[in-house]
Amino acid sequence: MRKFLSSAAIAVVMVSGLGGAQAADVKEVQMLHWWTSGGEAAALNVLKQDLSKEGFAWKDVPVAGGGGDAAMTALKAMVAAGTYPTASQMLGYTVLDYAQAGVMGDLTETAKKEGWDKSVPAALQKFSVYDGKWVAAPVNVHSVNWLWINKAVMDKIGGKQPKSFDDLIALLDKAKAAGVIPLALGGQNWQEATMFDSIVLSTGGPEFYKKAFNDLDEASLKSDTMKKSFDNLAKIVKYVDPNFSGRDWNLATAMVIKGDALVQVMGDWAKGEFVAAKKTPDKDFLCYRFPGTEGSVIYNSDMFGMFNVPDDRKAAQVALATATLSKSFQSAFNVVKGSVPARTDVPDTDFDACGKKGIADLKAANEGGTLFGSLAQGYGAPPAIANAYKDVVSKFVHGQIKSSDEAVKQLVQAIDDAR
Amino acid sequence: MSTVATTDPVLTPEQAGGMSIRSRLQDALPKIVLAPSFVITLIFVYGFIVWTAYLSFTNSKTFPSYELTGARAYQRLWRWTFENDPPSSWYTSITNMAIFGFLYVGICLALGLLLAILLDQKIRGEGLLRPIFLYPMALSFIVTGVAWKWFLDPGLGLEQTLHHFGWTSFHFDWIKNKDFVIYTVVIAGVWQASGFVMAMFLAGLRGIDGEIMKAAQIDGASPFQLYRRIIIPLLRPIFLSTFIVLAHMAIKSYDLVVALTSGGPGGSAWLPSNFMYEYTFKRNEMAVGSASAIIMLMTISAIIVPYLYSELKEKAR
Repeated sequence: MRKFLSSAAIAVVMVSGLGGAQAADVKEVQMLHWWTSGGEAAALNVLKQDLSKEGFAWKDVPVAGGGGDAAMTALKAMVAAGTYPTASQMLGYTVLDYAQAGVMGDLTETAKKEGWDKSVPAALQKFSVYDGKWVAAPVNVHSVNWLWINKAVMDKIGGKQPKSFDDLIALLDKAKAAGVIPLALGGQNWQEATMFDSIVLSTGGPEFYKKAFNDLDEASLKSDTMKKSFDNLAKIVKYVDPNFSGRDWNLATAMVIKGDALVQVMGDWAKGEFVAAKKTPDKDFLCYRFPGTEGSVIYNSDMFGMFNVPDDRKAAQVALATATLSKSFQSAFNVVKGSVPARTDVPDTDFDACGKKGIADLKAANEGGTLFGSLAQGYGAPPAIANAYKDVVSKFVHGQIKSSDEAVKQLVQAIDDAR
Repeated sequence: MSTVATTDPVLTPEQAGGMSIRSRLQDALPKIVLAPSFVITLIFVYGFIVWTAYLSFTNSKTFPSYELTGARAYQRLWRWTFENDPPSSWYTSITNMAIFGFLYVGICLALGLLLAILLDQKIRGEGLLRPIFLYPMALSFIVTGVAWKWFLDPGLGLEQTLHHFGWTSFHFDWIKNKDFVIYTVVIAGVWQASGFVMAMFLAGLRGIDGEIMKAAQIDGASPFQLYRRIIIPLLRPIFLSTFIVLAHMAIKSYDLVVALTSGGPGGSAWLPSNFMYEYTFKRNEMAVGSASAIIMLMTISAIIVPYLYSELKEKAR
């Protein structure tokens, strides 16, 4: 049965055009990823060049789609068919899922040699180490609780950095009065939930966020603080233009870049878009922490999950992993991508103002214990629960769920169902 | 003579043997040629149906698991429907299915028939008009979806264009509206399929014996009566087969929703097929996804089986 199923899956993969991936060359790194937007593709080029210097060819298997859903489906088909890629971009609990299924490789030797366990934050190791074995190489740390503001618009309306949630609302009001779209939001469920992550941290504080969204404590999920968070979400959504539904995140970022909108609440991958558009922080755009979340970092991290490839392809994999976590690559890559290095000992010299801020924040949060996994990004809970959460938030934003009481009730039930 | 007589018996058994292998081969040829596709269909259609049914009774998550755990997945599906304040995703999906199925099939049939009747009036340029109406069928749903998505987007398409022409009070944002987004799917679907329905009806109309119509006209039937009492009833078999084609297209419709609405605001444009794909492949809830797939299969069977039954009964008669 198993053999038959795998051949069926091979057929599926071949038909879907990924068939090339199985004719594996030993000097070749096959990488499945969904980094197809401008800033992301440029960032990936850095790694391509590093590896080609060592004589490894790069075989791209890009699967477009911002949240990586399509890529994960393709990956599942490849894994079911037994044609593992060398590595795949993966997020949080997905790595652990695959590790549990026994398809991940073991990089512990390389990790020891390179000293990963000392330099990579413990919060990340929770996802890159399974059962004592390194199964993934973290590429970066993104943090989610950022505001991205167009400086020209900010100057025009005479705004200043918001210190509290109410300040933010006042700022949005000013933008509205000046005839600018106050908030650029893409109406896809992961974007709405990403913004809600920040709102919950801002409304309930670090302890509350951890209890509700990392430990999934039912009392916290049901609490009045959670209801208040939904109320705040309802307040902020009023500042979105009517045409936001279904918009991609990078189009929302483009609205801020062009000055059509004042602010976007988004992870720091948005900075990659600003950089790709030749904009400089503090001159063309501003990056602030979401008001009320200073000192904490809601993170997600892109990881290269390393698959259990045959021995002859292992050398290429080790080279990829070593290159990925080398200080030079971590610096060069993250400068372009907008994120910060996945190891805390990388100098911040090459980074711009926002990057320097991000590195310092990550270090402080790592030491202060306020580094939390983003539920919207699959670092707070397994995919079934994270998706149930995104559903509820999205339905609330689009008005299918009408009150915060109802939203909380549905959130508790949805998470309970998905457990 | 004698040589011929001696050679003949030597040749005949060989020839006879050759003939019998050949004729046996000829007999078996259809079966041999059909066997691979039969086996493939058996495995990839019916085998996987059984497999999906089995999975729906397990607790499969990311990857299939083979341990039976009872009908929990089905209970979850239906509990969402009846006990939750709407709209749970499954509830939304089946409500949308009903709206979409009813309107899509209904409008396609009506519009297709109307177009066919008009084209049948021996108008000039029919050769040009027919392919124009039929052409949308050649596009895939993805293309239809993307094209209509741009056309209906208030910031890009119709609304924006009319605003440019000065009609600034014009407002059409169904595609961004949770309550109306499913109707935009109907619009795009109808645009795509009504030409095909027209072609089917046109073929049917052309197949009707002209003598019957002449006889009716001599009896004094008006064109309206002619169509209502004679022609449309004669088209019954076409109605049935068109209905079957449209109904199963409606139930399995997936790509149109994705391309046109990417699921709609808050998942409000989902059809059961979207639900199935989401839960099986994106949410790692394979058991729930399989359960919804089985329910879809039962819905389709509820349409197809009576049809097949009536067809077979007619043949037997």
